[in-house]
Amino acid sequence: MGIQGMELFAIGVVIILFMAVLKQFGILEPMSSFEDSSDSDLELSTVRHQPEGLDQLQAQTKFTKKELQSLYRGFKNECPSGLVDEETFKSIYSQFFPQGDATTYAHFLFNAFDKDRNGSIRFEDFVIGLSVLLRGSVTEKLNWAFNLYDINKDGYITKEEMLAIMKSIYDMMGRYTYPCVRDEAPSEHVDKFFQKMDRNRDGVVTIEEFIETCQKDENIMNSMQLFENVI
Amino acid sequence: MASGVAAWLPFARAAAIGWMPVANCPMPVAPRDNSKRQDELIVLNVSGRRFQTWRTTLDRYPDTLLGSSEKEFFYNEETREYFFDRDPDAFRSILNFYRTGKLHYPRYECISAYDEELAFFGIIPEIIGDCCYEEYKDRKRENAERLQDDQEENKDLKLPNMTCRETMWRAFENPHTSTMALVFYYVTGFFIAISVITNVVETVPCGATASQKDVPCGERYTVAFFCMDTACVMIFTVEYLMRLFAAPSRYRFMRSVMSIIDVVAILPYYIGLVMTDNEDVSGAFVTLRVFRVFRIFKFSRHSQGLRILGYTLKSCASELGFLLFSLTMAIIIFATVMFYAEKGSSSSKFTSIPASFWYTIVTMTTLGYGDMVPKTIAGKIFGSICSLSGVLVIALPVPVIVSNFSRIYHQNQRADKRRAQKKARLARIRIAKTGSTNAFLQSKRSGLLDELLELTGTEADEQKLSKSVSLLESQHYHLLHCLEKTTAHEFVDEQMYEQNSLETALQSGPSRSPSPSSSHGDSASTCCGCRARRKGTALPDPHPNPNPLPLPGPQPPHHHYHHPQQGPLQELSAIHIQCGDPASHKTSRSILNQKAEDGSRINCRRGQVTTAIISLPSPPTLDGDGLHGPPHQRRPPPPPGPTQGPPPSIQTTSSSSHIVKVSAL
Repeated sequence: MGIQGMELFAIGVVIILFMAVLKQFGILEPMSSFEDSSDSDLELSTVRHQPEGLDQLQAQTKFTKKELQSLYRGFKNECPSGLVDEETFKSIYSQFFPQGDATTYAHFLFNAFDKDRNGSIRFEDFVIGLSVLLRGSVTEKLNWAFNLYDINKDGYITKEEMLAIMKSIYDMMGRYTYPCVRDEAPSEHVDKFFQKMDRNRDGVVTIEEFIETCQKDENIMNSMQLFENVI
Repeated sequence: MASGVAAWLPFARAAAIGWMPVANCPMPVAPRDNSKRQDELIVLNVSGRRFQTWRTTLDRYPDTLLGSSEKEFFYNEETREYFFDRDPDAFRSILNFYRTGKLHYPRYECISAYDEELAFFGIIPEIIGDCCYEEYKDRKRENAERLQDDQEENKDLKLPNMTCRETMWRAFENPHTSTMALVFYYVTGFFIAISVITNVVETVPCGATASQKDVPCGERYTVAFFCMDTACVMIFTVEYLMRLFAAPSRYRFMRSVMSIIDVVAILPYYIGLVMTDNEDVSGAFVTLRVFRVFRIFKFSRHSQGLRILGYTLKSCASELGFLLFSLTMAIIIFATVMFYAEKGSSSSKFTSIPASFWYTIVTMTTLGYGDMVPKTIAGKIFGSICSLSGVLVIALPVPVIVSNFSRIYHQNQRADKRRAQKKARLARIRIAKTGSTNAFLQSKRSGLLDELLELTGTEADEQKLSKSVSLLESQHYHLLHCLEKTTAHEFVDEQMYEQNSLETALQSGPSRSPSPSSSHGDSASTCCGCRARRKGTALPDPHPNPNPLPLPGPQPPHHHYHHPQQGPLQELSAIHIQCGDPASHKTSRSILNQKAEDGSRINCRRGQVTTAIISLPSPPTLDGDGLHGPPHQRRPPPPPGPTQGPPPSIQTTSSSSHIVKVSAL
C-alpha cells in the first residue's frame, strides 16, 4: 500500500508540473481568471481638480487676492491633485501634534470642512471654511464650532457626540502630560460643558443655547478673536 | 515641527477655534507677527543661474545659511539679488529641500562635492530623505574606504625613531620595507612550500622492498623526513617567536587568525616529540599529523588573493548560512520522500532516512556517484525533481557571494593601482612645489634686478621684468618674503641646501675670508640660493662690476661671511648701519668705510642682505630685519666690496621700506 500511495503522490506531482508548463504556453486559461483585477489599475488614478476662478473665490470669501494666492500655493504644494482626501488631511494635521494622536480630531475637522460630504476637500471648501474662521463674525465662528461638535449634523449636540469630540482632543495631548490625563477627564469635562451650555437640561445642546451661552462667557468671546491675524 | 507643511500652519491655527468653546481657562496671547510684510520673491543668483523663491520658503529653516541673516553677506545691492559663487547643479537639490522639506541626493553628483555644498549652506546631511539615504550612505562609505586606503599608504613612511621592535614588526607586516624583510619573507615562503611538499611526498609509496608491499616514503626514509620536518618546524617556531616579540599588542596578536594557524602548524611536531611511541596514543598522534597540513594556510601571508578569499567568505557569512539552511531543508525533505518511495523495492540501498541523506546530497549537487540509485518509478520521479531543485537552490546564494568577492577584489586592485600611481603622483606634486619655490626665488632675484634697474634708470629693462609676475603671484611672494623676514631665514631650493650643508661640513675653520663660497656654519640654513651659484665670483674684486645685475644679490652675504671672527652682532649692526638712512650714515663710522659699504648698501636696498646676516645666532633682542642691536662694539665693516656700483649718494629711500631703520649706531 505504501508503494501505491507514493506512486499516486508522484503522479499527482507530475500532473501539477505538467499544468505549470502548459500555462507557460497559454493553453491553460482557467488559472488566469484570478488575475483580471489588474486591468482596473490601468485607469487613471489621479484626478485633477481645478478650483474656481480667483475672482469668484474672492467674492465668496473675505480674503484678498494675495491672501488667496498664498493660501492656494500652500494648498497645492501639499496636495498636487487639488483634492485633499481624509488620509492626507489626517497626516498633515498630525504633523502639528507629534506627541499625541490627532487622527480622530482630524476626522471630525475633515467632516466639518467637507460640506458636501464627498470624501474630499476641494480648495473652495478649504478657503470658505478658513474665511469663516478667520474673517467671520463671532456668530459665524460659533456656528462653525457648533457644526464641528455636531457630528451627525442633526442640530443637536448630544453627550455622546461631545464625549467623542472631547476624547479626540485629549488624545492629541498624548501620554506624556502633566498632570497625567486620567481616564475620566474627558467625561468630566463633558459634564462641565453640559452644565454650562444645556440650559433647559434636556440632555442636548441646541444651537441657540450654544450661541447664547458662549456670548455670555468672557473667556470664550476673547479667545474667538485670538486668531484674527493668522493669515 | 514639519516644516514641509508649514504652509498649513495657518489652517491648523484657525481650526483651533474649535477648542475655544470647550476650554475652561483663558487662552494665551497669540504671537504678533510684527514684521508682517507681503511675501516677496527672492532672487538667488548661483553662478549665473537665477533661482527665485518666496522669502517665506527660505525662512522655514532658520538654522541654515539661506534661512538666516547670514545670506545678507551675499546680497548684491546693485542687482538686488543674492549671489553665490557655487555649483548651480547642486544648488537645485538644496533649494528643493526648502520647497518640499525633503533633501534628495542626486546620483550623478560626487559625494565630496555634495557634502561641501551642504556644509556651505549649513544643511546637515542626516536629513536626506529615505529615498536617497541608502545611496548616500553607500557612496560615503566607499569614499571613506578610499581615504583610509590613502592614509594607510602614508603610514608607510618611515618614522625616524623606531625601536628595534617596531622596525621588526613593520618588516614582518610589509616585506617591501627593507631587503632583510624581503629575504625573510621569501625564506619563510620557501620553507612553507618545502614543508607542505614533504608532507605530501611522505605518503607516496616509493619502491617496494623485497619483503613487503609498497611502503610510503615516509616510512622508508624516516630519518630524512624527520630532519626536514625538524628544520621546518624550527624555522616556523623562530618566526613565530619573533613575531610575538615584535607585535605591538601581544595579546591581540595571539588571538589573531594567522598566529593561531602558526601555532596549529607547529604544535603537532612538539606533541609528537613529547609523546612516546605508545600504541594507544599513536593513533591520536597520526591524527595530529593531519594538522600539519595547516601549514599551507601560512601562505596566506604571502598571497593577497588568498586573504581576499578568506575575507570574502567571512563577509558573506550570512549568505553562506542561508545557503546551508536551505540546503539542509531540501535534503531532509527529499531524503524523507526518497526513503518512503524506495521502501518497497527489494535490496534497496535506502535503508533509512539518514542513509538517504547521502543520495540527496550527491544528487542535489549534481554529483551523481551512482552508488545509490532509486529503482521504483516514484523514486525516479522524485529523484529527478530532487536533482533539478538542487541546481536552483545552490545557484541562488552563489551570485551574492561572487559579487561580494568581486567588490572586495576590485577594491584591492584599486588600492594596488593607486599605490603604483602614487610615485607618479608624488613626483607631480613635488615638481609643482619646486616649481613654485623656484618661481619665488626667481622673482626674488628679479626683484633685486628691478631695484637695481631703478637706480640705474634703465626704464625699458625694468618694465620688462616687472610685468612678468601677476598680481596674485607677487602678493604670494611678498607673503613668503615676510615669512623670511620674520624667521630670519631664507628659502632655498633643494640642491642649494644640500650643497651648502656639504660645504659647511667641509669647511671647518674660520679661514674663509678669500673664499666667496664659504658659508658660515651657523648660517648654513640661511644660505641665499644665489650665493652658492656665485661661487665663482671672487669677492675681493675691486673693480666696479661691469655687470651689476648678478652680483648685488650674492655679494652682501659673502661680504659678511668673510668675517666669521666678528661677532654676529657686529655683522648685524654693521648691516643696519648700512641699510639705514644714508644721510645719517654720513655721520657714522660707516663713512670711513664708505667705499666698502657702497655695494653693501646698495644690496641692502634689496632687503636681502639682512636676512642672510640675521641668520647668525643673534641675541634675542634682534629679530627680523634687525632692530637695535648692541652696537657698541664695532669693527670695521666688511672689506671693500667688489661692487663699486653707483656712488653712494644714490638715495636708498626705496629700500627703507623693507628694512626697519633703527641703527644702533
